Amino acid sequence: MKKFLSIVLSLLMVFSIVSCAKKSTGEVANADSAAANVEKEATEVAQVNTADDGEKIIKIGVFEPQSGQNGGGGKQEVYGIRYANMIYNTITIGGEEYKIVLDEVDNQSNDTEAVSAAQKLVADRVNVVLGSYGSSVSIKAGPHFRKAEIPAIGCSCTNVQVTKGNDYYFRVCYLDPFQGRIMAQYAKKHNYNKVAVITELGDDYSTGLGKSFEDGCKELGIEVVSHHEFQKNEQDFNSILTKIKSANPEFIFAPSSIVTAPLILTQARALNINCQIGAGDTWENGTIITNAGDAANGIVVSTFYEAKSKEEAEGEEAVFLNGVNGDGNGFLEYLKSQDPKEEMIPAVSALGYDSYLAAYKAIEKAGSLEGPAIRDALAELSFTGVTGDISFNSDGDAIKNTAYIKEVSEGQFVFKEKV
Amino acid sequence: MSTFLQYVFTGISVGGCYALIAIGYTLVYGILRLINFAHGDIFMMAGYFMIFSFAVFPFPVAIIITLVATTALGILIEKFAYSPLRQAPRMSVMISAIGVSYLLQNLSTYLFSGLPQPYPAIPGLKQRVMLGDASVSLVTFITPIVTIIIVLLLLRLVNKTKIGMAMRAVSKDYEAASLMGIKLNTTISFTFAVGSLLAAVGSILYFTDRSSVYPFSGALPGLKCFVAAVFGGIGSIPGALLGGFFIGISETIIKAVGLSTFSDAFTFIILIIMLIVKPTGLFGEKSVDKV
Amino acid sequence: MLKNSFKEKININLLLYLGIIVVSVLILTFLDMNKREYIYAISIIERSLVFAVAALAMNMVTGFTGLFSLGQAGFMALGAYTTAILTIPVELRPNVYYMEGILPALENLSFPIPIAVILGGVVAAFFAFLIGIPILRLKSDYLAIATLGFSEIMRAVIASHMMDKITNGAYGLNNIPEFSSSIECFIYTSICIIAMILIINSSTGRDFKAIREDEIAARSVGINIFKTKELSFVVSSFFTGISGGLLAMYMSSINSSTFQITLTYDVLLIVVLGGIGSITGSIVGAFFVTAGKELLRFFDEPLTVAGVNVPLFKPGFRMVIFSILLMVVVLFFRKGLLGGKELSLNGFKKYSRKKEDKGIQVGGAS
Repeated sequence: MKKFLSIVLSLLMVFSIVSCAKKSTGEVANADSAAANVEKEATEVAQVNTADDGEKIIKIGVFEPQSGQNGGGGKQEVYGIRYANMIYNTITIGGEEYKIVLDEVDNQSNDTEAVSAAQKLVADRVNVVLGSYGSSVSIKAGPHFRKAEIPAIGCSCTNVQVTKGNDYYFRVCYLDPFQGRIMAQYAKKHNYNKVAVITELGDDYSTGLGKSFEDGCKELGIEVVSHHEFQKNEQDFNSILTKIKSANPEFIFAPSSIVTAPLILTQARALNINCQIGAGDTWENGTIITNAGDAANGIVVSTFYEAKSKEEAEGEEAVFLNGVNGDGNGFLEYLKSQDPKEEMIPAVSALGYDSYLAAYKAIEKAGSLEGPAIRDALAELSFTGVTGDISFNSDGDAIKNTAYIKEVSEGQFVFKEKV
Repeated sequence: MSTFLQYVFTGISVGGCYALIAIGYTLVYGILRLINFAHGDIFMMAGYFMIFSFAVFPFPVAIIITLVATTALGILIEKFAYSPLRQAPRMSVMISAIGVSYLLQNLSTYLFSGLPQPYPAIPGLKQRVMLGDASVSLVTFITPIVTIIIVLLLLRLVNKTKIGMAMRAVSKDYEAASLMGIKLNTTISFTFAVGSLLAAVGSILYFTDRSSVYPFSGALPGLKCFVAAVFGGIGSIPGALLGGFFIGISETIIKAVGLSTFSDAFTFIILIIMLIVKPTGLFGEKSVDKV
Repeated sequence: MLKNSFKEKININLLLYLGIIVVSVLILTFLDMNKREYIYAISIIERSLVFAVAALAMNMVTGFTGLFSLGQAGFMALGAYTTAILTIPVELRPNVYYMEGILPALENLSFPIPIAVILGGVVAAFFAFLIGIPILRLKSDYLAIATLGFSEIMRAVIASHMMDKITNGAYGLNNIPEFSSSIECFIYTSICIIAMILIINSSTGRDFKAIREDEIAARSVGINIFKTKELSFVVSSFFTGISGGLLAMYMSSINSSTFQITLTYDVLLIVVLGGIGSITGSIVGAFFVTAGKELLRFFDEPLTVAGVNVPLFKPGFRMVIFSILLMVVVLFFRKGLLGGKELSLNGFKKYSRKKEDKGIQVGGAS
């Protein structure tokens, strides 16, 4: 009986693999019949997808963590992308109108799952990929997109390695070395002479940013009095913080995930460590304030975006904030309708929006759905997005030289300075 | 000096929580010879129970609800995941335990999202006390006291009461105990209830000082407390108490001398050394191979 | 190596296995030729194959020798890092080690892929040999925890600053050469799998099983318990290391967080689902779990039935379903899909007359 069952199950599995393979063949067949002139060479099949009702569609892959450690941040980025998709939902290429459809996969903030998720997008024959929140998964997925010649646009993955040596990966945010230096400059400007650093062991984002900050400090003559690493899933920072306290720093830099942020903050304040604490872009997230409460007051973060008031906003940002009709029904209202807990616009949502826009403009410019053509268009693209002017350097990184420093005051992120 | 004091308090307070969780491991292992891999996750679930009950009820009620719900969860897990495997090889039960842990983590990610949830501040517990330069919360003092009281009560329960006697009998010899008319299932359920109750108490003390809960909150403390239980001699309640404090304090020392990178590795090195030198732990009983 | 009793079986089984290999090669060649359309399927197959090696290696030590080891992730990390360090193209290395630079001794040290993968296995086996001496004397569950601890120690060491110039610390390694085709992956994995099958069916393999069934009885018939356990542990770790190297090639970039306890649990899941102590079970299990995880993806997407959004379907639901499935198998199909049995033609013929349950008793008396 068991043996029979197992045979049935294994057959089922084989069948299912074949069936997912078949599905993609089906799409190819459709593509061929729709565009009869397209070369039949497998590697050159135009990536045209057809919806059931014959309407032509373009698929944009959304490669984001919606669960796991970075699930929360990934979700916010997805909202930005979905909102952009609501505004720009059709595109005209060569006189034909295409509908843009999002193909979302969850990379679970997990490296091995990320590879499968990326392959799923490749198999779904998406034309462009957006994402991800968190550098590690993007680094893992990058080679697979490159191999399939699918251009990818990172939203908030700040690690150097994402785009390095991968001519199909672009990103709309700044990089860790820049961010680290910005924070070091901030420390210098406020006359902090002794700083401490806390990073997460084995996490490339945290370690990389911590190191850039330290390098920046050394250049500026700031003394790093203490550097500590903590383990993944660590919750007890008392001993590390006590050690740091005894070194008496004037500023603590603790780039880490939003899961650890409230733990570090509350425990530091409880130990009477009263110096300023700062971190990178990940900390600009409302959940930290909800979780850390009063302990969050006074922290500084560097971030990608600072929303102007609805009246001041111009161009793309006006569309983003006020809605496409300018009726004030913009992204924040949309976000609240999706998740009532959100109270401000997360920078990563703006970046999600901008990455979608970059993809949209590049497809429009390329006038083609071929990966290499879109990539070339991206490389030369220059436009003004929500987070500022965006154009890419030879590595595919957005040329950005502004960062915003925000401070938490009375439970709100308040714009402090522009660097 | 104040730094040193601070370390001492940190070590003791972490150690106390570890001890409470470690006792849960020890009790279950003593009876079922099972490493309850899900114990750390029961601890995490207790954190979530507190968050949700506190949102609705005043804190004394919320605490009671947390304790009851966690105990119920422990019994439920035993009924569904372990009791059907009574006659199965030990490895199957261990795998089932890993499965439960996996399920609880995935379920809580699904239900409560991966984002950390703020843990409510129970009035009084978070009060800070200044000792020189060292700032210590009230819960830091309460933790070791509560832990020791609970251990004393538990020892009384195990040694002096009828159900305690049944527990000891079952842990000595399972089959003989059931032949003597001891209700096996009731005894085992009771053991799980006690273990989970302690995990809930530990969870309240632990999270009050750490202020947020997320689905993997239980993973690391779970592993460390297991090490603590093994260190003290698995199956022995005073052993678990000692092991908990030992692991908590030595971890603090490791971090204090600036080796925070290796604090986890160190915990496991202690484990491996202990297993090699004295596999039964400090107070463990020698097991006899039956042919 | 192959004793008579085994030879009788081999004739028909050999046919079956040859058939499977030929059919697989044909299918894979077809998929490779149409790589563009089938890349998702190819990726699932490659991943399944790699995990099949890891699962079979775990099964060798856990299912056949009865030593519950949870150190798979650590050994895979050793294999993966060795393979990666030795195969990343020399000209790309400065790019990979962009933060801290690379140890001069490693700068130009490069090996062909098969040799690097085997060296990865050797490194894993060497470490297994070292830690095996003390910890294999431990009883079942203590052994599980000790190996788990070892795996965590390995991970912390790999990620630490001390190792920056070798393992690139927290930044991980990338640009690891990938499988040029799924056939390449198939060749590596099937060589490993066949080698393991031969070992399990040899007289050494019977020693393993003897220890699993009854340690004391095994000792009394002259089996050197400790040596045999050590052998099983080392050989299993060798293949685990190889599977790690293959995983590195599959993923093409790794870092220390790839090798967390969850990786061990994933392998364990395959072994359990396939059946502890069944070779074919591990292989079928690897495909079942890997493909299953992908197929259940639709649970994560919002589902709308007749215009109503079903609230159950949201990200994370897939993993819940998956863990429930695991529990169901553990509780109700305790011996996994195949139990201690093998999928074979002989088995089919004998099935009717042989009803005797040879289910295994692992873990010893308690």
